[in-house]
Amino acid sequence: MDILFTGLLLGGTYALIAMGLNLQYGMARIMNLANGEFLVAGGFGAFWFFTAGQVSPLLTIFIVAPVAFAINWLIYVVFLRPLVKRAKSRGQLEVDAILTTFGLAFFLVGLTLAFFGGDYFSYSYLARPVTFIGETYALNRVVAFFAAVVICGGLWLWLTRTRAGMSIRAIAVAPDSARLVGIDVPRLSALAFALGGAVTAVGGALISTFLTLDASTGVLFTLKALIIVIMGGVGDVRGTVIAALMLGILETFVATLIDPGLTLAAAYLLFVAILLFRPQGLFGRRQA
Amino acid sequence: MKRRTLFAAATAVATLALTVPAFAQETLKIGAVGPKTGPLAGGAAVSFWPNVQLWAHDVNEAGGITVGGTSYMVEIIEYDDQTNPGETIKAVQRLATQDEADFILAPYSTGLNIAAAPIFQRYGYPMVTHTAISDQIEDLSNKFPNMYFLLGGATGLAGGVVDVLTDMREAGEIGNRVAMVNVADAFGIELASVGKPQLEEAGFEIVYETSYPLGTQDLSPVINGAKDSNPDAFVAWSYPPDTFGLTEQAQIAGLAPKAFYTAVATAFPAYAGRFGAAAEGVLGAGGVYADGDQFKEYAARHEAVTGAKPDFWASAPTYATFEILHQAIEGAGSTDKEAVAEYIANNSFETVIGPVDWDENNSNAKYWTVGQWQGGVFKGVASTGRDGAVAAMPKSGWE
Repeated sequence: MDILFTGLLLGGTYALIAMGLNLQYGMARIMNLANGEFLVAGGFGAFWFFTAGQVSPLLTIFIVAPVAFAINWLIYVVFLRPLVKRAKSRGQLEVDAILTTFGLAFFLVGLTLAFFGGDYFSYSYLARPVTFIGETYALNRVVAFFAAVVICGGLWLWLTRTRAGMSIRAIAVAPDSARLVGIDVPRLSALAFALGGAVTAVGGALISTFLTLDASTGVLFTLKALIIVIMGGVGDVRGTVIAALMLGILETFVATLIDPGLTLAAAYLLFVAILLFRPQGLFGRRQA
Repeated sequence: MKRRTLFAAATAVATLALTVPAFAQETLKIGAVGPKTGPLAGGAAVSFWPNVQLWAHDVNEAGGITVGGTSYMVEIIEYDDQTNPGETIKAVQRLATQDEADFILAPYSTGLNIAAAPIFQRYGYPMVTHTAISDQIEDLSNKFPNMYFLLGGATGLAGGVVDVLTDMREAGEIGNRVAMVNVADAFGIELASVGKPQLEEAGFEIVYETSYPLGTQDLSPVINGAKDSNPDAFVAWSYPPDTFGLTEQAQIAGLAPKAFYTAVATAFPAYAGRFGAAAEGVLGAGGVYADGDQFKEYAARHEAVTGAKPDFWASAPTYATFEILHQAIEGAGSTDKEAVAEYIANNSFETVIGPVDWDENNSNAKYWTVGQWQGGVFKGVASTGRDGAVAAMPKSGWE
C-alpha cells in the first residue's frame, strides 16, 4: 500500500513534468527542447515570490501561469510560426523545431545565469508529514499530486468537451485537413503551445516546493518529460498520465523492494519494453 | 562563454585618466575554468565563482601583484566548462595557447581537476586544487608534480565522520547502529567504499546500506528503508540536490537519529536558509573555524563584494589556493610559471584557512573533515589538525 501511494505521488510529479510537453509536441507539433527551462523558470518564480514576500507557491501559480502563457505565445508567434509555415513535411518541422528550441534552451539558461546566478533555488514549503492509513507522506508532494489531478482532469475535459479543445485535437491528428473544415490552425496551435508552456511552468512552481532546482537542471526534466510523452503516446493526455503513474509506481517499487540504485535501469527497461511492443506509445495512433 | 571581468577594464581606464601612473603597470592574464551550467553549476556558483571575483577584486584593490617593482593587475578570463571534462580540457588548452594566460586557476570538482591535470602539466602551469578530494593523491602527485591538494582525501573525510560517531558513542549519546547511503557518483561511491570498512573497524554495525542514482527525484524509499532499520546514526555520502532531498524527507518520515550526517552542501548557507532551526545539530562534510577572526573577516568581505555568503567548507580553501598563487608569484619575484611552481613546492603559506604546507604528496595534511550546524553557524567539529574545532552535540529531533 505504502509503495502504491508513494508511487502515485511520484507519478503525479511526473505527470506535471510531462503534461506541458505533451501539449506542445502532441498538439502544436513543436518538439520543445526548452520545455525544462520553463519548468525551472516556474520553480524560480515560486522561489522568488516565496523568499521575497512569503507568497505561497500555490498562489504564485496564478501569476506564473499567465506570464508563461504570454511568453510562450510570443515565442511561438515570433520564432516557431515561420518554421511551421516553411516546413514542407512534419519531419522537417520537427528537425527545425528541435534546432530552434535547443538554441532557445541555451539562451534561457544563459539569461537565468546572468540575472540570478547559478545557485540552488532552495526553500521549504509544506514540508510536513501527513498520515494516511498508517504511513506518512510529504504534504507538499500530496498537494502537487492533487494539483496534477486538477490540471490533467481540466485539460482532459477541455480537450474533449469544448469546441477549441476538439479543434486542437483535430490539428493534432491532421493539421492540413483541419484547415479545410474551418479551423484556425495557426491561432489554435499557438494557443496549444502557450498553454503547454503555462502548464509546464505551473508544474515547475509546484515541484520546486520539494525538489531543489538550479538554472541548469532544465534539461533533466525535458528528458524525463520526453520519455513519458513518448511512452504514453504523443498527443494523448490519458497516455501521459498513465505513463507517468506507471513510471512512478515502478520506480518506487524497485527502490523499496529491490534497490534504489536500480530505479533508472527499471525506468529505461519499461521504456524499451513499451517501445518494442507499442512503438506508437500506449495511447498513440499508428502513423499513417 | 568568455567574460573578462570589469575590474581590469576599470583599472585600465583609471590608469589612462591619471596619465601619470605611479610606476609601470601591467596585467596578468589569469584563466578561470569551471561549471556555469551542468550538474555541478550549483555548487560552483557557491564555492568557486564568487571567490574568483572576490580574489580579483582584492588583488586589484590592493594595487595588484607586485613583482620586482612592477605591479600587475589581474585580468580574469572565464570559461564555462558545462561540467563536462572534455570542455574543461578544451578551455584550459585554449587559455594556454590562444589567450596566452599567465596562470590558470584550478578547475572545480574532483573529476574536472583530474581531467585537466595532464594539460596543466603539459603547459607547465602550477595547479593548486581547491575542490579535488581523492584517495589517488599519491598517484596524482607522482604523475603531475605541479598538482597540489588543499581539501584533503576521501579516507580523511570518512575518518572524520567515524571519529565523531565514535566520540558520541563513547559519550553514551548513540549506539552502534549506522544506516549508510550514498549517491551513485564518483564522490559518493569512493566515500562509501572507504567509509564502510572504517565504520566496521570502529565497531559500528551497518544496519542499512544502499545507493541511489544522481538526480533521484523521490528519496522517500531510501529514507523509509533507513528508518525501518532503526539506526542510531544516519550517514549519507550525498551531493547537493540529494542532500536537501534527504534532509527534507527525513523530517517528513520522522527519521531523527542523534547523529544525522549529509555530505556536500550541508555547509552551504542555503541549507540553513531552507531548514532554519531544524538544521541545528545536522552534521556535514567540511567545516571551518567559524569563530576565528580570519574566517569572519573573509566572510564579511565575501558578502560585501559578491553579495553572497561563503559556504562553510570549500569556499575559504578555494580562496586560499588563489592566495597561494598570489604569494608564490610575489615570492618567486617572477611571472615565470616554472619559477612560481618551484616556489609553491618549497614554501608554506599563510592563508585565510591558516598556515598551509605540503606533505610528501603535495597535499595539505591539515584539513577540516566534519562540521555541524550550531546556533545558525556551521562549525568545524573534526579536522586532521586544524585549530578551532568545537565538540559535536547530539541532534534532538527536527523541531
